[in-house]
Amino acid sequence: MAAENMLSVENLSISFGGLKAVSDFRLKIRKNELYGLIGPNGAGKTTVFNLLTGVYKPDTGSIVLDGQNITGKHTIEINHAGIARTFQNIRLFSNLTVLDNVKAGLHQHFRYGTLDGIFRTPKFYKTEKAMNEKAMEILRVFALDDAASFKASQLPYGRQRKLEIARALATEPKLLLLDEPAAGMNPQETHELMETIRFVRDNFGMTILLIEHDMKLVSGICEELTVLNFGQVLCEGDTKDVLNNPEVIKAYLGD
Amino acid sequence: MNMKSKAFRTNAVTYAIVIAFYLICHGLIMSGNMSSLMKGLMVPLCYYVILAVSLNLVVGISGELSLGHAGFMCIGAYSSAIFAVLVDGKMPELLELVLALIIGAGFGALFGFLIGIPVLRLRGDYLAIVTLAFGEIIKNVVNAVYLGIDENGLHFSMKDSLSLGLSENGDTIINGAQGISGLPRTANLTVGVVLVLITLFIVLNLIHSRQGRAIMAIRDNRIAAESVGLSVSKYKMMAFVISAALAGMAGVLYSHNLSALQATSKNFGYNQSIMILVFVVLGGIGNIRGSIIAAVILTVLPEKLRFLSDYRMLIYAIVLISLMLFNSAPKSIAWRKMMSERIRMKKEENRTGAAGDKDGSGEEA
Repeated sequence: MAAENMLSVENLSISFGGLKAVSDFRLKIRKNELYGLIGPNGAGKTTVFNLLTGVYKPDTGSIVLDGQNITGKHTIEINHAGIARTFQNIRLFSNLTVLDNVKAGLHQHFRYGTLDGIFRTPKFYKTEKAMNEKAMEILRVFALDDAASFKASQLPYGRQRKLEIARALATEPKLLLLDEPAAGMNPQETHELMETIRFVRDNFGMTILLIEHDMKLVSGICEELTVLNFGQVLCEGDTKDVLNNPEVIKAYLGD
Repeated sequence: MNMKSKAFRTNAVTYAIVIAFYLICHGLIMSGNMSSLMKGLMVPLCYYVILAVSLNLVVGISGELSLGHAGFMCIGAYSSAIFAVLVDGKMPELLELVLALIIGAGFGALFGFLIGIPVLRLRGDYLAIVTLAFGEIIKNVVNAVYLGIDENGLHFSMKDSLSLGLSENGDTIINGAQGISGLPRTANLTVGVVLVLITLFIVLNLIHSRQGRAIMAIRDNRIAAESVGLSVSKYKMMAFVISAALAGMAGVLYSHNLSALQATSKNFGYNQSIMILVFVVLGGIGNIRGSIIAAVILTVLPEKLRFLSDYRMLIYAIVLISLMLFNSAPKSIAWRKMMSERIRMKKEENRTGAAGDKDGSGEEA
């Protein structure tokens, strides 16, 4: 059972001061699944992401990634264990080039020492070349290869979002967390993004958990959903069933 | 590929500027066309350039405001001066200088690491204040140290030279606030420029490597850097230690340019640290070539303004402000962009013209 699940979260809670931001959260994501986390504003979705990636330490509960317990670990260790994420408010390395953003993501997988870099050993040139090729390959998936030498901050909004996904993907994660990937995109861009997310899932064998408000995107690509309301799981299961659940409709639209 | 060559070209221009500067100055000295005042400025120019470039690694590339750079210079100067006095006359000058440089850089790195442990936990203004404090602490502690040597070995005291308890044929090495005397003056322009080139080689190659990319990524967005698995503390420390080591090397150059070394607030105090920061800010934060140029201009300028006597520092301040405005006022940036665009267009026109000619001649042949 454990081997089938890429991520299993149980009994996860955190409170800030007196406010229970997330309580008794549970989540099971199968390998290679596209999973959606939805809920009204302030329901605690991003807090869940921050708990999963170690930005916050949970008060209670456990997080198991592919059979490995990562509860309470540091963000860096969690990334090395195999979770990469994007952010709701884009966080790129804005003064670095598009290519270097992705290469920063490749950091763990292409190694050479500081002295190799300073003295420009053959290892430096060989590794950098391999890095460039790999980074361009990833950029091509997101149709960003033509902008490789631009500064990240020069990209338009939609492409910045894509670059963030590309950078996360470069760390070769097992599980990819996307925090509102379609926020601020027009319908055309959203449609392209859906295609890209599907492509990433299929071609990289990725498991993806995404937060999204765009219901078209959610119903279009997510296989299963969890609905969060006031920090608690309102309902979970197959996308169609969840979206037709009267309680979910009530939470979104009010009484 | 294209980008790589662009970085390569930029670096090549920087090296070329330094070498051209060296050849011109060397030529002037050899032909006897340089005043003794300017001759005396040659080595200071080199260590100020090294200090500015190395501080830029912390301030510009790593994005932390450090105000204690003169402290690391002090460490390098003192450690190498002690070494120079100990081995005085026992080894060839060049070997002594090379070993002194290694020792100065090593101690700079060591203290950079030790100070970095508490300091790099802080951010922004707090980091700036604490580095400033550490810089002052280093200078003041060095001022209170007495060190001597006799046949029983090294003697150390923080009280006075008498409490060293030296035997009759013992020597005092550091005499408290009076510092170290009897130093070999082996530094010259050539040594200085070689060190500048070494500094540039290390800093520029570091920036354009995997480690440099990590350092800049952390500067741009710490949270995102952690989310892609970059170790923030490791790379911040790396930048800080390398910078301190290079400042230590500048200190060696400083001590080997004097016959007596003292730690005063003028050479190793916070004024000096701020001065180095001014080079970095004026040259453009993160812009290595700018740091070099700013360090040279701002070191030569006060000397050149000596004829103004009382008004010297006033004019100096005005020049500093106007340079700052020229460098970073939005209107001046827009004007420079327009001018460079115009020059580029003209170049392009010429090139397309020239390319056309070439094609023509090719066909004829």
